[in-house]
Amino acid sequence: MMTAPPAVSIRNLRIALPKGAERPFAVDGVSLDLRPGKIVCVVGESGSGKSMCAHALMGLLPDTVSVTSGEIQFEGRDLLKLDDDGWRDLRGRRLAMIFQEPMTALNPLMRIGDQMAEMFEAHGLLTPKERRAKALSLAREVGLPDPERIVRAYPHQLSGGQRQRAMIAMALALEPAVLVADEPTTALDVTTQAQILKLIRNLQRNRNMAVMFITHDFGVVADIADQVVVLRHGKVVEEGPAAIVFSEPQHDYTKALLAAVPSMDPPGRAPLDDQARAVEVIGLDKTYVTSGGWFREDRRVDAARAVNFNILKGETLGLVGESGSGKSSVARLVMRLIEADRGTVRIGETDLTQLSGKALRAERHRIQMIFQDPFASLNPRRKIGSIIADGPIAAGTDPKVALDRARDLLKMVGLDAGALERYPHEFSGGQRQRIGIARALALEPEIIVADEAVSALDVSVQAQVLRLLEDLKARLGLSMLFITHDLRVAAQICDRIAVMQRGAIVELKPTAQLFAAPEHAYTRELLAAVPGQKERAPAA
Amino acid sequence: MLSFVAQRVLKGVIVLLAIVVLNFFLIRLAPGDPAVVMAGEAGASDPVFVKQLREKFGLDKPLPEQLLIYVKGVVSLDLGFSFRQQAPVAKLIGERLPATLLLTLTAFAISLMLGILFGTFAARFAGTFLDTAITVFALIFYAMPIFWVALMGILLFSVTMDWLPSFGYETVGANLTGFAHAVDVAKHLIMPAMTLGLFFMATYTRMTRASMLEVKRLDFVKTARAKGLSDAVIQRRHVLRNALLPVVTLAGVHSGTLIGGAVITETVFAWPGIGRLMYDALLQRDYNLLLGVFVICSAMVLIFNLITDLVYRLVDPRIEFAS
Amino acid sequence: MKQFWKSMLKSPSGVIGLIILVLAISIAVFGPMLFPNSPWRMVQRPFLPPFTLSTVPLGTDALGRDVFAGMIFGARVSLLVGLVSTLVALLVGVPIGAMAGYFGGKTDDALMRFTEFFQTIPSFALAIVLVAILQPSIYSIVASIAVVSWPPVARLVRGEVLSLRTREYVQAAVVTGQSNTWIILREILPNALSPVIVLASLMVATAILLESSLAFLGLGDPNLISWGYMVGAGRTVIRQAWWITVFPGVAILISVLGLNLIGEGLNDALNPRLSREGR
Repeated sequence: MMTAPPAVSIRNLRIALPKGAERPFAVDGVSLDLRPGKIVCVVGESGSGKSMCAHALMGLLPDTVSVTSGEIQFEGRDLLKLDDDGWRDLRGRRLAMIFQEPMTALNPLMRIGDQMAEMFEAHGLLTPKERRAKALSLAREVGLPDPERIVRAYPHQLSGGQRQRAMIAMALALEPAVLVADEPTTALDVTTQAQILKLIRNLQRNRNMAVMFITHDFGVVADIADQVVVLRHGKVVEEGPAAIVFSEPQHDYTKALLAAVPSMDPPGRAPLDDQARAVEVIGLDKTYVTSGGWFREDRRVDAARAVNFNILKGETLGLVGESGSGKSSVARLVMRLIEADRGTVRIGETDLTQLSGKALRAERHRIQMIFQDPFASLNPRRKIGSIIADGPIAAGTDPKVALDRARDLLKMVGLDAGALERYPHEFSGGQRQRIGIARALALEPEIIVADEAVSALDVSVQAQVLRLLEDLKARLGLSMLFITHDLRVAAQICDRIAVMQRGAIVELKPTAQLFAAPEHAYTRELLAAVPGQKERAPAA
Repeated sequence: MLSFVAQRVLKGVIVLLAIVVLNFFLIRLAPGDPAVVMAGEAGASDPVFVKQLREKFGLDKPLPEQLLIYVKGVVSLDLGFSFRQQAPVAKLIGERLPATLLLTLTAFAISLMLGILFGTFAARFAGTFLDTAITVFALIFYAMPIFWVALMGILLFSVTMDWLPSFGYETVGANLTGFAHAVDVAKHLIMPAMTLGLFFMATYTRMTRASMLEVKRLDFVKTARAKGLSDAVIQRRHVLRNALLPVVTLAGVHSGTLIGGAVITETVFAWPGIGRLMYDALLQRDYNLLLGVFVICSAMVLIFNLITDLVYRLVDPRIEFAS
Repeated sequence: MKQFWKSMLKSPSGVIGLIILVLAISIAVFGPMLFPNSPWRMVQRPFLPPFTLSTVPLGTDALGRDVFAGMIFGARVSLLVGLVSTLVALLVGVPIGAMAGYFGGKTDDALMRFTEFFQTIPSFALAIVLVAILQPSIYSIVASIAVVSWPPVARLVRGEVLSLRTREYVQAAVVTGQSNTWIILREILPNALSPVIVLASLMVATAILLESSLAFLGLGDPNLISWGYMVGAGRTVIRQAWWITVFPGVAILISVLGLNLIGEGLNDALNPRLSREGR
């Protein structure tokens, strides 16, 4: 197809991990080409080595790993043979990189404009005055609002999307030939992500850059990739033009990954109108106030504004929104982990908001929670058996009985009974989420609140856990409040969906209706922003 | 920023008032008649003086009234009278305060500069012999009691080598003026300031080293490398600036220890500051003087804390004052 | 537990510190039994230089008392005061910090104002004032050191509890119906203790420095010989008899150094593993 020679040619790259790691090589014989004007997406789950490839291309590998063989050809030279000065000359000028977390990737004590101007200073170009002018024009080019103000601002004063734009501006300042992007949109909201992806695509086309884009999100790959390289355990399992990889995946792993991505088409669901109300939430209000001391005004953030919804027995209600929408706060208000300013939460006939102390604790077993971070939701110093059995024991169950039940629960979630005696750090993220589910079920609740329960998991593990949740829900007749920012997951698992923005529910409808005919402007914007909806969407 | 300073000054005044109240109760905690305690060992032998104190502080009146009288007195800067020294406490303190300020500020400056210097070196050459040497020295200096360092200094530099004077502020009877006087004072200042500063230099060295190593691992340093900046610029502009923030905080935390160390240093070197005054008050069981110096020491710590807090806020744009 | 000892023994500072501490404790415990000469007795002529007579290996002081005996008995005082005052400071500081961190709101405000007040007062000055007013004795010394040492503990514990309170496994305990006491004792404190243990070893070191400084100024218990007292007593005769000030000072230096090293070793051993979990 393209007869232009590749800008970068990686050949048989092998990067060794230190002794004692899960495998000897982080990257094991990877070869790929980057061509001018084309975006190559390197996809893989966590631990696939994709980030290492990106860092190797910039010579920014950590000291703990070492390149044992291979070469990276760029502009007639093997980059792996460069010395420090050689790298410093190329970095920023011919090769540029943008990172995942824009907040930590910027120096918190330096103004944005100064950090941009540094690019020129590093390579001895332009006078200070010219650099400042260039910084301003770069800020304008990446679409930063009010560039004069932004250039004089500090990183913490910008939003996540603005920080990422600033990083992109920095990367492009010297018009490099190659851009390496290491998961640049993973930490951003879906609407912001859509904007940044568009920006990267436009800039890349205008400057005919070769781009290596690292991601784990197939939707993003579908939207922007020209070439796709799939990595697993440090090896390339599949590569090719994006259209072909999506329509005719060759390797089993690729097929499994594509199948695991939830589709945007909600499945048909049986109506539940005749069921009783399991949860009733009326007029929930919560405002966070940070006191300004004696001389300043208080700062107020609305986490929940007059939130109303019901969940019927056996129903899954989804609460979707971006960061700052208040969805997590609402989950915690319903669980009474935090206190609402106003409002009622009713479980069946019991008004939870009227209870406190011992009375509240006695009712808590009826509504349980699964948390987001599998690594922070289990006490690292307690055995799995205790973690699961603690709740029932506190409610008065005999310890032996509780432990037996824990054994049964572990089996129910797909883990073997030996786990009872082990500690959390011995398990993977997906396994820990299963343990979290077992803990939630130990008290035989009527309702489960899942707060971004699968967001921290790899897509293949995510699919398994979602299947488990659906299965258990059906078997045990549970109702579920499912909080997520991922609309694909919501589409597949929720009966009805409530869309939240800045503390208020802007639209609440059955899933199929919401996706087919969204009414509110924000809902439409949200749905449109989900990556990977073009004809090249993964095969269902 | 002004409202922040105002707020802090207000809080500081409240704390000082609380300390004064604390003093009031401490006097009553001591065994014996409060009037005798306040008169001190020397004054207790003069019954007229004791009676004067009893009347002045209303020691026959009920407790709340006594408290009011006492606080009013302190607020009007009447910290009592030292019978032994035959002078108002406030005057005694006022005379000696400048010497203490000279000592503590010099020691602080030395410790900060040298501490940051050595810490930066240690971090730069982490893992090498230089790093280990600096770290070991820091550990040892950190473990030495100030009074012992002072005495060892005297032993080495005064007794054995006779390079530096071992006591006082200036050479007695020399009557020097102008530049010669300044040099004389400086010669007397070196050992006390170094003694006081050594302990803190060790803390700042270790803190700077640890902080720089930690900051080096942060993402924005990677960004700076990705821009192609030279190592020197990265160290200076990105690593050092961010690494010094916790050192500023530490300086504030240690201000109390600095004043406490001054007491010992001034005692050993016979440096005419309020620390020495405190020691004299101790020997003479002159409780009024002791508590007066105590209040002033606390005031110094408060002011010092305010300054370091201000500096921190000025340096770190993430922390706001008032909009 | 086994893991802890293994990591502790891997760090060189930890090992050296442990050796010093064991040595110091042995001297304190067994010393007076093996060398029963009272440090207060005049055993030889005054100002006998060290390394001249085998019965008084470190020489004698201005009153002809055995310096070596003084150091043995002084070990007891320093270590005892250091350990007990730290324990008391912990008993005060940990509950205050835990309550402030866990309950937040007004409780936190009130407790923190109280803690800040104590932290603002220069600690050594306050210790001097307290011991002077209460009259010097081993009890007043321990009490004064404890009074000036507890605020950093409270601060640290409050910070740890505050961050742990929002940790998801603590929220899970709330959600499964555990009582507040249970949560603080079983979920929060065990995970908050590591930095406290490191701090405790450093506090014992500081307590020894404080005690010796107080004794140096003449505020030590008049019935007990202490290293600080010995250095103070030898101050005026430093030109003639350097050994009276040098040796006890070295003892203080080594003890404090040992404790600091243990603190470093503990820090290395108890710090969360920088694991590559889930990356």
